Amino acid sequence: MQKSSKINKKAISSFVQNNAIIIIILMIIIFVGIKTDNFLSMDNFKNLAVNTAPRFIIALGVSGCLITKGTDLSAGRIVGLGACIAASLLQSSDASGKVYPNLSDQNILLVFALTLAICGVFGFMNGAIISFLKVPPFITTLGMQTLVYGICLVYTGSKPIGSLRKDYTRIAQGSIFKIPYLLIFAVVCGALMWILYNKTRHGKYMYAIGGNESAAEVAGVNTSRVKIKIYTLAAVLYGLAGILLAAKAGGTSVQMGGGYELEAIAACTIGGVSTNGGVGKVSGILIGVLVFELLKISLQFLGVESSYTYIVQGLVIIIAVALDLRKYLAKK
Amino acid sequence: MSEYLLEMNGISKSFPGVKALDHVTLKVRPGTVHALVGENGAGKSTLMKCLFGIYSKDEGEIIIEGKPIHIANPYDALTKGIAMVHQELQPIMERSVAENIYCGRFPLKHGLFIDHKRMYEDTERLLKEVKMNFDPKVKLSTLSVSQMQAIEIAKAVSANAKIIIMDEPTSSLTQNEVDNLFEIINSLRKKGISIIYISHKMDEILSISDDVTIMRDGQYIGTWEAKELTIDMIVTKMVGRELKNLYPPKSNIPEEVVLEVKGLTSISEKSFKDVSFQLRKGEVLGIGGLVGAQRSELFEAVFGIRGIKKGTITYKGKELKIKRPHDAIKQGIALLTEDRRATGIFGVLSIAENISVASLDKYVKLGFLNERKVENLVQENVKKLSIKTPSSKTKIQTLSGGNQQKVIISRWLANDPDIFILDEPTRGIDVGAKYEIYTIIADLAKQGKSIIMISSELPELIGMSDRVLVMCNGKVSGEVSKEDATQENIMSLATKFA
Repeated sequence: MQKSSKINKKAISSFVQNNAIIIIILMIIIFVGIKTDNFLSMDNFKNLAVNTAPRFIIALGVSGCLITKGTDLSAGRIVGLGACIAASLLQSSDASGKVYPNLSDQNILLVFALTLAICGVFGFMNGAIISFLKVPPFITTLGMQTLVYGICLVYTGSKPIGSLRKDYTRIAQGSIFKIPYLLIFAVVCGALMWILYNKTRHGKYMYAIGGNESAAEVAGVNTSRVKIKIYTLAAVLYGLAGILLAAKAGGTSVQMGGGYELEAIAACTIGGVSTNGGVGKVSGILIGVLVFELLKISLQFLGVESSYTYIVQGLVIIIAVALDLRKYLAKK
Repeated sequence: MSEYLLEMNGISKSFPGVKALDHVTLKVRPGTVHALVGENGAGKSTLMKCLFGIYSKDEGEIIIEGKPIHIANPYDALTKGIAMVHQELQPIMERSVAENIYCGRFPLKHGLFIDHKRMYEDTERLLKEVKMNFDPKVKLSTLSVSQMQAIEIAKAVSANAKIIIMDEPTSSLTQNEVDNLFEIINSLRKKGISIIYISHKMDEILSISDDVTIMRDGQYIGTWEAKELTIDMIVTKMVGRELKNLYPPKSNIPEEVVLEVKGLTSISEKSFKDVSFQLRKGEVLGIGGLVGAQRSELFEAVFGIRGIKKGTITYKGKELKIKRPHDAIKQGIALLTEDRRATGIFGVLSIAENISVASLDKYVKLGFLNERKVENLVQENVKKLSIKTPSSKTKIQTLSGGNQQKVIISRWLANDPDIFILDEPTRGIDVGAKYEIYTIIADLAKQGKSIIMISSELPELIGMSDRVLVMCNGKVSGEVSKEDATQENIMSLATKFA
């Protein structure tokens, strides 16, 4: 009798330890749900989904870099670049102060493809520099961050870009059967990345490189090629997030996306993507991003002044990762 | 005073799901070398980690010089006279010898600044005590593994250790270096220091130790005086059954030449030069030599990991151009690397992922992996090589060394290569698993595969090879046929240009 209760206690404590972050989120939801009126409403859920979607897409991009023991500090600025390129080519014809005053209405899909391709080129450069010149990812992408920001400043003349075409803004603002398009974008990206990570060679090679890069090379994995693919794909995802964010806001500026890379890295880490490499799941990344957004919205609902939210966010990053590490430390 | 310097009584330690130590006893007399032997997973390391304060024991007592003590952490162990020389040394490469020895307890002057003069003088004196004469100011990165080990021992001596734990100290030493180490050990023994000596090498154990404690499956089997024991007796007690043969019978017949290497020279000045040899179908070609003979470097170059300046590699009459491992694998060459942890396993990944990583191309349809086929491959290998694992999803880092090695061999088998380059295939593997690896090698040769086996263990080289190629200082110093392969012949070639 006593023994079984001991085992139960152990099982519960290990369950709590393994799911600490999810339990904390649920507690936050319940607490704020009770304290405030409209927290558990459809509107608020939509709001959460719409805010989470682009950040989830960025975090998906960064996750590949982190899993291979790299990082990508250029994420936020590439988001900004994607937003600016797409927005500049998709302003409504009657807008004043257009970037290209004489530009006729372009095919929207063509513009998206061009934007993603340009962003992808910067990711490709990240990957190639890391693979062939052996510059550490931290430094490579730090340089790329500044470089891309500079390009964006030159391109826009540091002026904001507004008056976007309705058919463009609709992709982020519209919904079907009450489901926001943004949510659909995020779900599709998540599903595709899940398949890529779990069902393809690329995914297996990515985890192998993160687990032990020299062993991967010895096993015949072309580590350079895989890493270039990872950084390129990441940048394409940032580009997509940029397109969506500009559409969502109805306009953009060079400041769009600034600092998003840190949020994405934090979200991945909270979601169990190990900085030691080789570990990380799409579901974890989703949880990580949700923790962040839920926290922001909860604090908003509780009427906490926005300046304070940064303090809380910082604490949450540290606490969440510390809790997550308990899982591994406990085994020693 | 008690008869024993150290007594560990009834030590137990459990990890989730396993009882690693079950009431184990270890009694060490002062001024003796006490060998601790057992297969991998027998609990030797766990016992030593309990003694050194890395793990906390669940049960039992530790008594030093008659007084029961509690050891909280490695620092505590050091202050109580227990030091450990780890198998994998952890030196601070870019700092000096003296700084490495005194790190954490630098001598001070005025209670604030480091007394460099005293530190260097003390270091020099210490190094003399362990029969090492080198400058205390040189950086660790300029020293050899055995010198780093000597420094580790000097560090233990400087901390006034009464008990020094040595975990497989000879696993990466040459015969000369082993002799040096034994001299150091003997001088320590004379000073009354006791040494707990963990090793898999039976001949060493019998020649250096006074007492031998044998463990099996986390249990204490017994303690004997070394002079009462023979290798067979130790092995039988360790394994719990009698091992009839150390090597399986071989029935392979070497046929035509499949691989010919001519004048291969490394891009690095210090590495291999002008190496030529032939490899036959169905042959086990042993590669002998001392550590530093550039054997691994040579075959890593053949496999495309290292650069080649000159020379040709001809395979079945066709000259190969190998730029990276991928090219070698496509030609049907496999390489089991020397350092399993650094370049072999993916620790955090599953058995299935570790086995399939080099052959995923075979299991892809329209870009997607066929998971059932991968699982079949894994199950087939787990059965064929009797890999002991709870499931194919188990992380490889939780397996023993022998099982990890079998997983990596499976990885290569999945590609069905014709040439296997095996670099120290039984390093860090216990006796039972070694025999299984030998059986796999003998089977492959019988199937007509060609095997290149680099080994620093002479008995293994002699027992398994059809022919032994010996290298010294980056050059081939000779070749010995199966009939002439003796330890003396191989050693004299291995030191030919020294």
